[in-house]
Amino acid sequence: MKKITTLLLALFLCSLMAGSALAADTIKIGFNIPLTGEIPKVGESSKFAAEMLKADVNGQGGLKVGDKTYKLEFIYEDNESKAESAVAVAQKLIDRNKVLAIVGPNSSKQAVPAGEIADLNQTVMISPWSTNPDTTLDRPFVFRAAFLDPFQGPVAVNFAMDQFKAKKAAVLYALANDYSKGLAEIFKTDWEKKNGKGSVVAFESYGDKDQDFSAQLTTIIAAKPDFIFLPNNYNEVALIIKQAHDLGWKGPFMGSDAWGSAELMNLCGKDCIGQYFSTHYAAAGAKGKTKEFIDRYKAKYGYVPDDVAALTWDATRLVLKAIQNTGGLTGNLRKDRKAVRDGMASIKSFAGITGNMKFDDQGDPIKCAVIVRISDKGEFVFTKSVCPEGK
Amino acid sequence: MDTLFQNLLNALQWGSFYSLIALGYTLVYGVLRLINFAHGDIVMVGAYIAFFIASALLGVYGGIPALPGWVVLALTIPITMVLTSVVGVTLERIAYRPLRRKGANRLYVVITALMAGLILENGNLLLLGASRKKFPELIDKVVYQFGPVSVTNLKIGVILTSILSFVILHMIITRTKAGMAMRAISYDKFAVPLMGIPIDQIIVFTFILGSSMAGLAGILFALSYPILDPYMGISIGWKAFIAAVVGGIGDIRGAFAGGFILGITEIMVVAFFPSSYRDLISFTILLLILTVKPTGLFGMPKTTKI
Repeated sequence: MKKITTLLLALFLCSLMAGSALAADTIKIGFNIPLTGEIPKVGESSKFAAEMLKADVNGQGGLKVGDKTYKLEFIYEDNESKAESAVAVAQKLIDRNKVLAIVGPNSSKQAVPAGEIADLNQTVMISPWSTNPDTTLDRPFVFRAAFLDPFQGPVAVNFAMDQFKAKKAAVLYALANDYSKGLAEIFKTDWEKKNGKGSVVAFESYGDKDQDFSAQLTTIIAAKPDFIFLPNNYNEVALIIKQAHDLGWKGPFMGSDAWGSAELMNLCGKDCIGQYFSTHYAAAGAKGKTKEFIDRYKAKYGYVPDDVAALTWDATRLVLKAIQNTGGLTGNLRKDRKAVRDGMASIKSFAGITGNMKFDDQGDPIKCAVIVRISDKGEFVFTKSVCPEGK
Repeated sequence: MDTLFQNLLNALQWGSFYSLIALGYTLVYGVLRLINFAHGDIVMVGAYIAFFIASALLGVYGGIPALPGWVVLALTIPITMVLTSVVGVTLERIAYRPLRRKGANRLYVVITALMAGLILENGNLLLLGASRKKFPELIDKVVYQFGPVSVTNLKIGVILTSILSFVILHMIITRTKAGMAMRAISYDKFAVPLMGIPIDQIIVFTFILGSSMAGLAGILFALSYPILDPYMGISIGWKAFIAAVVGGIGDIRGAFAGGFILGITEIMVVAFFPSSYRDLISFTILLLILTVKPTGLFGMPKTTKI
């Protein structure tokens, strides 16, 4: 009996060693993405884009780091679009899956708390889509591929003043969502700076999982704004716009980058046609590498990739570049993670499919935003590109 | 002042949903003394059933020519109500009845109900995926404008339907033999079988009534807020339960009134206070109502028999 146990133990140890030997030739990257919950399409887009990139790299034999070539292994974990699950997933990817770096979470609601975990555990995390400044603020290990809300807010303000000749604005935002609340406040401050105090005539909010917005919209409509600013997730946008039309609102809406999911038009339909929102890239009318990505994604998955897909592509490529910048991995996870961070920080500029980016000290890219109009066919058509000053 | 009338209409629509759902809670509680926590999820199931029936009748899946919208609606409502009550009755048969037979404590049945709700949510998630479904528009929306107040035909329909279904339900309970039996079981569960009343049949009948109300609420909800997801029933289900308690659980007049009270409170708080305080203020008001009248508005204090 004892012999058998020893034998089994030996076998087990052997297999463990074999396992780790095999693992040495792969690089694990974790994806902390919302595959279920409030914004499942965002997770799906991220996953599809990552799968495409993985197939490309592994198809060419793998990723060359220093003088060794590694196969990529991507681990997708569902954060259920919840802040607390995003934290748990980040912890799990770092401790149990032993990933080298993390891509995601996408929404700031999850990215802000998950960034804390990644930074504490000294693991590189890059959020493709998060625009809230807090995600990367004073966190040397956290990066992002999207522009920031302090930039996006004024872009929306200037565009609305220009396009709608608006003097009075109304805002409806989600109270429990860091992204929505942060952007709404930035928008309000900037609007009142440019149009005088009290020019945001209504500033209303709603709670998690709310489906009825009629009271807030009644207040907003009674305040007679020139347009309504909606920095909300696409699923809520669809409900809000419909209910506003039911209540007799005929004016325009202006949205933010959280509108830009491929699912927006399925849910919203004709109510959304003609509205504008600021986003990271415009799929209709893209050129060069961006067009190549869009065409391949569309051929493979049957729909035009949204901005999350494009940003995940860029974010993951940034991570791969950072890994290559290390000049070789040691196999010691702690050291390697630090090396990847330094590799990431040493990237000063990057030509992504969502535009060229330069990185500042906080790990935030400086890049342009585009404003798109939803056409009669439901496509997001390029209207205007706004770049940060001094670029 | 203008917004007051508009908000009153909004509140009546929103309260209608709470009322319809609270009716289901209160029926089951009245007869079985069981808080059927899966009820909110049965509403969700009702909305999904309505979605598939409506899509099928609109010819989305092929097989039949597309019917006009109002015919689809007229057919979807009864079919959904029937199918949702099948779900409710099945739940009673496989989850609640075995426990009742074994004489399990009511606490266990309530926990079973919670679990049944989770199973419905996650079963749906597994079966249909996390992507939301967009409920088709069955009737052309008309916006009527009376001065500053706008109202859609759908909104009027929702309010009238909920009032009508309350009246019908009230008639069933007060005027029919089955209704009398339901009241009798609620009064004394042990003496009733001795009088030759088939208790199981009456319980099934109760679940049919409650679940068909949930199905109706599901369709109306899907028409008004046309984005469906597996968790849509949770929050509205919980709040409707609170509405039933405030009204006095076990009494359908209470559920009906409680639903509207909750709807009106929620909407009016948003109308007159900053909207971020909505839940805080509205539930404080409900708490005050319960402090003054712990059995709810229509509830009767009852001593437990040993």
